[in-house]
Amino acid sequence: MRVLDDSKRAKTGAARYRPGVLKYAQMGYWNPDYAPAPTDVLALFRITPQEGVEPEEAAAAVAGESSTATWTVVWTDRLTACDRYRAKAYRVEPVPAAPGQYFAYIAYDLDLFEPGSIANLSASIIGNVFGFKPLKALRLEDMRFPPAYVKTFAGPPTGIVVERERLDKFGRPLLGATVKPKLGLSGKNYGRVVYEALKGGLDFTKDDENINSQPFMHWRDRFLYCMEAVNRAQAATGEVKGTYLNVTAGTMEDMYERAEFAKELGSVIVMIDLVIGYTAIQSMSRWARRNDMILHLHRAGHSTYTRQKTHGISFRVISKWMRLAGVDHIHAGTVVGKLEGDPNSVRGFYDILREPVNPVNLAHGVFFEQDWAGLRKVLPVASGGIHVGQMHQLLTYLGEDSVLQFGGGTIGHPMGIAAGATANRVGLEAMILARNEGRDIWNEGPQILDSAARHCAPLRAALDTWKDVTFDYASTDTLDFVPTPTPA
Amino acid sequence: MRLTQGTFSFLPDLTDEQIAAQVEYCLKNDWAVSVEYTDDPHPRNSYWEMFGAPMFDLRDAAGIMGEIRSCRTTFPDHYVKVNAFDSTHGVESLKLSFIVNRPQSEPGFALERSEEAGRRIRYTTRAYATDRPEGVRYPRTAEPR
Repeated sequence: MRVLDDSKRAKTGAARYRPGVLKYAQMGYWNPDYAPAPTDVLALFRITPQEGVEPEEAAAAVAGESSTATWTVVWTDRLTACDRYRAKAYRVEPVPAAPGQYFAYIAYDLDLFEPGSIANLSASIIGNVFGFKPLKALRLEDMRFPPAYVKTFAGPPTGIVVERERLDKFGRPLLGATVKPKLGLSGKNYGRVVYEALKGGLDFTKDDENINSQPFMHWRDRFLYCMEAVNRAQAATGEVKGTYLNVTAGTMEDMYERAEFAKELGSVIVMIDLVIGYTAIQSMSRWARRNDMILHLHRAGHSTYTRQKTHGISFRVISKWMRLAGVDHIHAGTVVGKLEGDPNSVRGFYDILREPVNPVNLAHGVFFEQDWAGLRKVLPVASGGIHVGQMHQLLTYLGEDSVLQFGGGTIGHPMGIAAGATANRVGLEAMILARNEGRDIWNEGPQILDSAARHCAPLRAALDTWKDVTFDYASTDTLDFVPTPTPA
Repeated sequence: MRLTQGTFSFLPDLTDEQIAAQVEYCLKNDWAVSVEYTDDPHPRNSYWEMFGAPMFDLRDAAGIMGEIRSCRTTFPDHYVKVNAFDSTHGVESLKLSFIVNRPQSEPGFALERSEEAGRRIRYTTRAYATDRPEGVRYPRTAEPR
């Protein structure tokens, strides 16, 4: 039997509602005996309390400030079923090898949340508590949503399975490239890059996050030239092709106008940036569902709050929110490229986006079991500083349900953009063929690419150009639980 | 042109040995293999003709290779593809699809544009081959490959 000292014990009856200030634990926001209901929303926070603040009290404060509490006792609580509406911190444990940091588990009653609204969910969970003075730092590490809540969201408008059927592309990652330079090209020159890359063998090209409607290229011009390029490449190859037309704009009205135009021109996909906000994302998701459009999300801005371990929101939570909000593609890390991404964390993100159920997997940073209740799957996109010489690593780390985007690795090819695209496609197909044949691609990858390059000069040139490029830096957002080696 | 639909179209045409290895991979994953053919290779032709139903109960690669060869012999001037179907809940779709036979000559596609107001263009992709009736679209004596 756990014995609580008085400062951590919830007060009851009249003592609880006497005007004045109580500790959050005393107000009932810390309850180590609480067993979370299957219908509860669960959150795991990493808390770093200020000196002298007990971790249980800090956890209770987070639970309180993210649900019903304010800094002082209010009698109006008694007009409500307040025991139920109070979030309960039910478990606090030290973070392994991180003095001063604790994992706090908090349970929220389902009625605290509006159905189908990420804005409401996030306003509750992260709305108030992150600036709370008794905490030095706070990070939302993971969440669990009960199926009853998951079912209030429509989820991805297309999903991996339907996207593949619509594009008629199976058994391999899709290939893309972001048009470079990302700023400054005229519409006509921009479309040239799209045409060459698609004709050369890519499935998709992509606007970058900050390509919207600027003096050098207005959005209509870009859309028109890009769709000429897409259609020409489609006719040249007999394959369905697409280009992510970024419809991000200053207002919803502008975004709808751009998306409608993309649809009218026959585009299979449109794109938005994470910075447009959760409600705008959900609105665009609804639009995409009504219009049979694949919706690509560029996670622009996320590193401002996902990268540092002690403060912010883990990208695994953003991944969950975006699967609920309903996007079809999301950038989720490359492991080997130029941007942050610890292999095990990235694996966790990919599982969250792609699997029907996620079991607890501390080695991948997945703290809760999550049943996605039939919600469609999001296709993770690997983009940023990757090249064809890493194909075996990319396939091993990321699996075949992904989009591999080689921007510089296509457009920077010494023999031209189409040759760069061909090199990527041949490298990919050769690697899939070899993997399916049962070969050990992790170890034999370079030889597999070398032998494919014997019938493909562009692949040879790509391998020679980028063979020594790696981005080996220590990850910032690493995991706290290392897998314990099991004896064979 | 070379039609690049399917998982392995950027590689040299697969040998029978290579095809058999892919079929083995499909069987190992418990997928059902099927064979389809067409002489209408439009990128949005979703329904190639089925060379029999998916082989849910045939778990032997040699038997499946027999079906593939038989389709190629019957339709030497058609596109033939091998599909693998996964009936797992949440997938219930193809996991692999690759071309194993193509016509000697592939004339490709015309891109037709109809110009509309506001610089809009409506595009239509049309296979040159489908100008001819089904069954005689890819004559052997056509232009060299």
